Amino acid sequence: MGIESHLGIITTSLDKIVNWGRKNSLWPMTFGLACCALEMMVAASARHDISRFGAEVFRGSPRQADLLIVPGTLTKKMLPYVLRLYNQMPEPKWVIAYGACACSGGIFNTYNVVQGVDKVIPVDVYVAGCPPKPEALLRAIVMLRKKIEKETLKDRV
Amino acid sequence: MADEKKYMTLSMGPQHPATHGVLRVILELDGEVVHKAIPVIGHLHRGVEKLGEARTYHQNIVFSDRLDYTSAMNNNLAYCLTVEKLCGIEVPDRAKVIRVIMAELSRIAAHLIWLATHALDIGAMTLYFYCFREREEILDMFELASGQRLTPSYIRIGGVMNDLPDGFIERLKKFVDNFDAHVDEYETLLTKNPIWIARTKGVGYISAEDAINWGITGPVLRGSGVKFDFRKATPYSGYENYEFDIPTGTHGDCYDRYLVRLEELRQSNRILKQALKMLPSGAVNADVPQLVFPEKEKVLTNIESLIMQFKLASGGFTVPKGEVYASVENAKGEFGYYIVSDGSSKPYRMRIKSSCFINLSALPFIVKGSMVADVVAVIGSIDIVLGEIDR
Amino acid sequence: MNSTEIFETIKSDCRNLLKDAFSGIDLSTFVIEPEHLIEFMKYIKNTPELSFDLITDITAVDYPNRTKRFELVYHIFSIKNSLRIRVKTNVEDGGSIESVTCIWKGAEWLEREVFDMFGVNFKNHPDLRRILMNEDYKYHPLKKEFPLQGYEES
Repeated sequence: MGIESHLGIITTSLDKIVNWGRKNSLWPMTFGLACCALEMMVAASARHDISRFGAEVFRGSPRQADLLIVPGTLTKKMLPYVLRLYNQMPEPKWVIAYGACACSGGIFNTYNVVQGVDKVIPVDVYVAGCPPKPEALLRAIVMLRKKIEKETLKDRV
Repeated sequence: MADEKKYMTLSMGPQHPATHGVLRVILELDGEVVHKAIPVIGHLHRGVEKLGEARTYHQNIVFSDRLDYTSAMNNNLAYCLTVEKLCGIEVPDRAKVIRVIMAELSRIAAHLIWLATHALDIGAMTLYFYCFREREEILDMFELASGQRLTPSYIRIGGVMNDLPDGFIERLKKFVDNFDAHVDEYETLLTKNPIWIARTKGVGYISAEDAINWGITGPVLRGSGVKFDFRKATPYSGYENYEFDIPTGTHGDCYDRYLVRLEELRQSNRILKQALKMLPSGAVNADVPQLVFPEKEKVLTNIESLIMQFKLASGGFTVPKGEVYASVENAKGEFGYYIVSDGSSKPYRMRIKSSCFINLSALPFIVKGSMVADVVAVIGSIDIVLGEIDR
Repeated sequence: MNSTEIFETIKSDCRNLLKDAFSGIDLSTFVIEPEHLIEFMKYIKNTPELSFDLITDITAVDYPNRTKRFELVYHIFSIKNSLRIRVKTNVEDGGSIESVTCIWKGAEWLEREVFDMFGVNFKNHPDLRRILMNEDYKYHPLKKEFPLQGYEES
């Protein structure tokens, strides 16, 4: 798009500013599948306070969100909806797989459960636990912020 | 040929802030008025009943937590009561009282989530933060007792996982002393609030006769005026020794269900106060070594306990042939297990009776003729959990 | 009326309908032929002293070795007497049985689930289609021969 790597100092400063903006205002989507959704709601409440990362505005519409936290089991019946929602989210977007079921199917290795949400969408951070404590979700967001810091404009055009 | 009315089809969910999970409701609308509402479920169907046939009786305890995940220990209790009835074992008195304490704390936690999310759907956001603040104290107590906040699996076959740790009783006393004041706080925010009354009074009406015909149980049935609670009608785990009232509504609408659940919070607190007074000393597990896991200290020091632990954990224990149905009064209604045993260490059939499944089936009947916004209020007041509906 | 009285009353009144009646570990159980299902259910609901008005559960158990492999189990509760009974009947694979939605409306979704999981057809059901699995799913998961992880193509 005209921004080449040999421009050097200008693009790295631009990267830093853009990444700073993105990581400090991650807007998740209200997407609760199963039990882990309750711990995600708790992370948004007063004690754990996800709003210190700028993430208290859970958007109802995927068009306005940039973070998809997948808490809970993904079933084959729900699969087309998750794909549609992920595709509707505009770039840049990130995904956190929250809980054992989202990471790998969890304790449910049955006929209707997809063994891990990364079978269909790319995941940035995996959080293990059944359910993981809300502090683990906050740690995942901190890790995601560190990941976003290292991105360049070429990655997400 | 009369011209057919054209209805607009609107799909509500499965991703929706107000459907309390992955519920999809296909609405056929005539303007704002609902002509037909067709719930579509199964988006969280994890095959727990089939999985139950492939796991031992002890391993199935963890699945019971994840069904109605808002009040996990009530589900544990239902499962353990069923297996204990099948095996013919009686748990000691201390275990019964601890089970009642955990069941009532779970009921309070579930009702707090209901209040927070129902109010949030209708627009009252303050209660979300207040209710979750109280719920955190309950989850701290669960974590102290069992190591897990949301899905403790603390109630086990034959008793409970381990005795109450130090500090639990003091925390519980502090919680119980302060809780009634908190419930009064919630009432001042909502009960006489004109917006709340306008959104819930007269909305979602179901008569007592219809409620019984639809098989509805729990606060929805009580909101319609039927004074009925399984803890009083078919008592279990020592509930006959506690004094508590059964709150009932008169109008069968969302507002009455709200009042019923708020009063249930107070009654649960009353039961907790009595349980604290009557907590006896003694063992917390039945003395049935073939079924009950030995204590951890004994496992690490005694060879017989180590062998028993290995046998129980790897192969499981066998259960006599037969079939049993047992149920508890969950926060949402009657939650039960029907287990058919063929004499082996795994259930032949493990059927889960879910109250929300039947309560939700009455939704099309209740919302016919209401507005779209009322559908949100009704789904909230029926209080559903998709984990229990879809299993 | 208590549990024994109710058991004796039903046993004597429905002598010609019942195939078997016994007191299980927990509940009185009545076994009937599928043809007598509606008559028996109407009797236990409408008789004033019995008044079994709250449908608790409808499910099935699969015994592949029997000719009539599905055993349908109905649990019904009486609010007046605070008592539950179990009613059982048998259906063969691919068979059908009368729906009890005309007696208890709450049976609608319960029977849909039995249809979805086992493939039992219910005659005169207002809306018999799959409820938990997708509408075009080919198999019935709770049958004993269906593997836990399902088939690759499903």
